[in-house]
Amino acid sequence: MSIVAHTIGDRSDSRETTSLDRRRIRRRRSVIPGFGITLGLTLTWLALIVLIPLGGLFLKTAELSPSQFWSIVTGTRALNALKISFGLSLVAAAVNLFFGALVGWALVRYEFPGKRLVDAIIDIPFALPTAVAGIALTTLFAENGWLGGLLSPLGIKVAFTPLGILIALIFIGLPFVVRTLQPVLEDLDTEIEEAAATLGASRWQTITRVIAPIVLPSLLTGFALAFARAVGEYGSVIFIAGNLPNVSEIAPLLIVIRLEEFKYADATAIAVVMLLASFVILFAINRLQRWSAERTSHS
Amino acid sequence: MAGPATGFAERVRPNGTTQRRSARTESLIVRWLIIGVSLLFLFVFLVLPLVTVFVQAFSRGIGPYLGALTDPDAVSAIRLTLIVAAISVVLNLLFGLVAAWSIAKFEFPGKSLLITLIDLPFSVSPVISGLVFVLLFGAQGFFGAWLIEHDMKIIFALPGIVLATVLVTFPFVARELIPLMQEQGTQEEEAAISLGASGLQTFFRVTLPNVKWALLYGVLLCNARAMGEFGAVAVVSGHIRGETNTMPLHIEILYNEYQFMASFAVASLLALLALVTLIAKVVLERFAISEQ
Repeated sequence: MSIVAHTIGDRSDSRETTSLDRRRIRRRRSVIPGFGITLGLTLTWLALIVLIPLGGLFLKTAELSPSQFWSIVTGTRALNALKISFGLSLVAAAVNLFFGALVGWALVRYEFPGKRLVDAIIDIPFALPTAVAGIALTTLFAENGWLGGLLSPLGIKVAFTPLGILIALIFIGLPFVVRTLQPVLEDLDTEIEEAAATLGASRWQTITRVIAPIVLPSLLTGFALAFARAVGEYGSVIFIAGNLPNVSEIAPLLIVIRLEEFKYADATAIAVVMLLASFVILFAINRLQRWSAERTSHS
Repeated sequence: MAGPATGFAERVRPNGTTQRRSARTESLIVRWLIIGVSLLFLFVFLVLPLVTVFVQAFSRGIGPYLGALTDPDAVSAIRLTLIVAAISVVLNLLFGLVAAWSIAKFEFPGKSLLITLIDLPFSVSPVISGLVFVLLFGAQGFFGAWLIEHDMKIIFALPGIVLATVLVTFPFVARELIPLMQEQGTQEEEAAISLGASGLQTFFRVTLPNVKWALLYGVLLCNARAMGEFGAVAVVSGHIRGETNTMPLHIEILYNEYQFMASFAVASLLALLALVTLIAKVVLERFAISEQ
């Protein structure tokens, strides 16, 4: 990268850098072989494994008339399942936003015994298979479980209620906020905090007016990633959810149920709604990451 | 510059260091409150579930634990999981290397779109990742009739399970490699090529050694996810015991049959795999840092 920048700089000494120069530089860089074949293989494999199968989903939906599609998606059970999935995912991502920010802050800014170990276990939800997490959380939060036993005298039931779904979604989303926040906090220049303090800001003012705006995009990125993951989550939820239609039945489970009933159109229509939603979230994440990069490069 | 400036600050403010410290960090109470709440949260949500798996698995002692693992259905589930993971990891390893080479070493329009598309499977529900292959290859699917005619089976068989797993684990190796190789730039490769190395020599002797730890971590992560994939595989497998049951599906069946101990015994193997993956991450990161 820097060599290219230098080359451009050197040339502009003698004359203005033209597009021809840039093209020459680009051509000079492609002394490395294999561009055509690697890009070709990448695109082919991407098309075969990802794009064509996902495209098939839309093709299948096209067999439905718009009114058929609409009546499936807005049917009571489907609508409730979508509401449960999106609503609880939003709440879970918000919980993770708060606790993820705390954990990320503690890991980057403070020293305490066992910090390295704590940092390592953050990734447990990435590495632990969802079915394993599902049965473990269910056992933990069942009425005779370690945590369920503590909560049930207070009248709080977790397992087999929507609250159980929330617990599972918090579990799987936790690392996203911590892992997107951490690098931004590490790169944060403490000099600007000192400057703020020198200028008379209290610590609380420094955090809310100086640090928060810089880390906000990365926090929101983590939030969006956790949300996206939670919306589609299946394995860790179905054991603890209770799976009562209209109450604790998530959309991915309804897709599986419709599929097992051979109602392919129903399954596909719900899947398309979820897929479109994840496209929107993905687009939002992209924009957030660009925003985050701009914020941190300015600071 | 820095030396005299600090000296100046110290002369002006004799207790400058303590003032600075309080300006940059929170009071002791706030600090310990944040650490305490964080640790409690992580303990409840991350540590306790993991501990639960092993406590339940060994709840009746080591004999029944081993018995649950050597049950023929469990053994066949373990075998199928290993086969599926081996195929999926190799395919995604090759794809990851090829994709990372084209994206990191060359400039072309639409690159960021391509990276987004590679990441796409991360944001698709696993259930949908399974569903799309049922729509293509299932009995009522686009190619269903043709497959039946030619007596080929993809759904409810090994190929379907592999396809779903490959889709779910598609980005893992590529996304570990792409940012690292982009950061490393192309100078070393250009130097090797201008010194007369062939493309493959450059790849194996220059590029690969530079990314080996990231590559290894990507492979481990891909493997952990491939072995543990549940939603996508559940949709395409058909849950045929002893035939198309992977370990996560076997865990589900045992759990739903109230064979909790046996279910957790199989789960403990996957939990162990997760622990090994996490430890490997820490170790590999240290290797990568010490080499820099």
